[in-house]
Amino acid sequence: MVPVGYYTTLSAVLFTIGVVGVLVRRNPLVIFMSIELMLNAANLAFVAFGREAGQLDGQVIVFFVMTVAAAEVAVGLAIIVAIFRARQRINVDDLNLMRW
Amino acid sequence: MEQVTFFVTALIAVASAIGLVVRRNPLHGALFLVVNLFCVAVLYLLLRAEFLAAAQVIIYAGAIMVLFLFAIMILIPGRAETGRDPFRRQRLAALPLGAAFLLLVGVLMWGGPPPGGAPPPPGGAAAVGRLLFTDYLLPFEITAVLLLAALVGALVLARRRA
Amino acid sequence: MELAFPVIGWRVITPMLLVTGTGFACLLLDLLPPKERKGHVAAVGLLGLALAGLATGLLWGQRETAFREMVALDEFALFFNLLFCVATGLVLLLSHGYIRRQGIEQGEYYILVLFAALGMMLMAAGTDLLIIFLGLELMSLSLYVLAGFFRTRPASNESAMKYFLLGAFATGFFLYGIALIYGATGTTSLPRLAEALARAELGRDPLLFAGLGLLLVGFGFKISSVPFHMWAPDVYEGAPTAITALIATGSKAAAFAALLRVLLGPMRGLQPDWLVLVWILAALTMTLGNVVAIAQSNLKRMLAYSSIAHVGYMLIGVVVGTQLGAAAVLYYLAAYTFMTAGAFGVILLLERRGAEAVQLGDYAGLAARHPLLALLLALFLLSLIGFPPTAGFVGKFYLFSAAIEAGYVGLAILAVLNAVIASYYYLRLIVYMYMREPEGEPVVAALTPAAGLGLAVAVWGTLHLGLAPGPLIGLAQGAVGPFLP
Repeated sequence: MVPVGYYTTLSAVLFTIGVVGVLVRRNPLVIFMSIELMLNAANLAFVAFGREAGQLDGQVIVFFVMTVAAAEVAVGLAIIVAIFRARQRINVDDLNLMRW
Repeated sequence: MEQVTFFVTALIAVASAIGLVVRRNPLHGALFLVVNLFCVAVLYLLLRAEFLAAAQVIIYAGAIMVLFLFAIMILIPGRAETGRDPFRRQRLAALPLGAAFLLLVGVLMWGGPPPGGAPPPPGGAAAVGRLLFTDYLLPFEITAVLLLAALVGALVLARRRA
Repeated sequence: MELAFPVIGWRVITPMLLVTGTGFACLLLDLLPPKERKGHVAAVGLLGLALAGLATGLLWGQRETAFREMVALDEFALFFNLLFCVATGLVLLLSHGYIRRQGIEQGEYYILVLFAALGMMLMAAGTDLLIIFLGLELMSLSLYVLAGFFRTRPASNESAMKYFLLGAFATGFFLYGIALIYGATGTTSLPRLAEALARAELGRDPLLFAGLGLLLVGFGFKISSVPFHMWAPDVYEGAPTAITALIATGSKAAAFAALLRVLLGPMRGLQPDWLVLVWILAALTMTLGNVVAIAQSNLKRMLAYSSIAHVGYMLIGVVVGTQLGAAAVLYYLAAYTFMTAGAFGVILLLERRGAEAVQLGDYAGLAARHPLLALLLALFLLSLIGFPPTAGFVGKFYLFSAAIEAGYVGLAILAVLNAVIASYYYLRLIVYMYMREPEGEPVVAALTPAAGLGLAVAVWGTLHLGLAPGPLIGLAQGAVGPFLP
């Protein structure tokens, strides 16, 4: 059997890649997809930890996270569509995302 | 056999995640993400979370990614990030930050609790459903309101001027 | 297969049920004519909030948990319920005339404000990280949409987009933090977390520390503490001003509620470990907020940095961690709600050439044209500085003396210095209003009865909490009782 630690390690690697993706990319859709990657990494960690503890709770939490992610995607894409309607470019650097 | 499956899947998952981050075309990125989500579904199966594996494919790889692809197709057909990069310095900062998170990886590898001998929980739809409607009834109802709020919000933003 | 139907603790969730029901009622009402005017939807929303506030008052003093200890009915939750009802009610009152003038009056606006309020209540009452997470998401998703409610204005769109992307990013950290805590302890429930942490060997688990750190990053984003503040100025500037007020007051109070419940509840034993971190956050947040606020000529941006600075002050109370410190945070949140909602309430009434008057120059000579509004704005600004006899003064006094009593003299001195710096940019605006000649096109004010009522409530709160702080201090101390007796 594969030790649970392998799964959580993989999840941390995926989470890190997601974080780096959010920070280095400019296209809001790609940033958003990187965020999805982070959420998925968290889900994997939940399932793995739940498996280790012999609980089903981890899986149930993941079910809720999936629902939240779906709601987030609906709202996020609506915002991106709205911004595109107002003007035709949607790169985040145009938006000065991290201005002080 | 299980080990082989895990390592192959994990490798594909990491590779596809990196692909999402480094490919300039968002469309390619979305396809990489689909691959990644499928890999996670396989891992769920290995962890005996059958219900979640199905939900992962249906909700994530199905509904959510179709929405993403849809948005990419109508918004920026084939347009990649070009031009001067105004956030060079911030991007350089991303590397040490990423390295810091690799510390987290270390924590999970070495600092995690010892492997438990607990039996795997039953991960079928029946067991998960039973929990959802008993112990987790309140969060379940909250997600109902959450989805309604998201629906209302998305409609307000996306519909044409009334 | 038999299914044991769970016991439903109706009483515990009564205020939330009332707000939810009101949201549904508004949703149905919105479908009926008249299509052009939506004032009645706002009125029903206000009624629902009033009922929720009333229910909160009736439940005061009871302690109960429900749904397998996922939500709690205690003074802490009730105090915040009341605060959210007031904040949301003020925003509804101020919004009505404003969004009609701006041509974005839609029933969905009020409905989303109600859903945001529900999310806030869940964050304050949740005693399970899962409930806090869901409440946070419900609040945030509603606010993302509301921030972008000016669909045709690029600034508003960008505001929504930035808020969304950075908020979702923060959600990722928050969720991973929960996952690690779950991994370390096998539970997400705060009471059971406390039990698990009481077992000594778990208290040093690196997994737990990593989880707590990530959780703090998530909270840091929501309360806009430095270095996770970069979204705030742009979002405040671009969002409809009434929504800016809601983001500054309600959403911050909700994040503080959950932060206090987690840090001073189960994580209290780890205080020596998170203390330094929060200390640094507090010092950085108030200093950077105030220094950068000086450079702002746009009022909404200025108030955004000012609100960052106020978060820094409130973090002092978290660092202190005593009953006095936590109660001071609660008091400060209430005071801050009244004065900030009031300040934004005045700003959103003023227009120049059909656009919102948000530049400093627009306020030159305002006292001559609109003496009453100038006076009100001056009052709210004085309260934000912390002048006696306003709510802001008592709040600061209470907070700083809690810090000194607990031995954090350095932090208290830094905070006082910051308050001095802050008075510069607030007083500058007052000088503009009272000592400059008006220039250019006249600024017009569109005071509606509803907005007038909202401002009256804000003034009442600002003065009442300053002149007679005793009762609310008593309530705040009772409210932190559940975990700091």
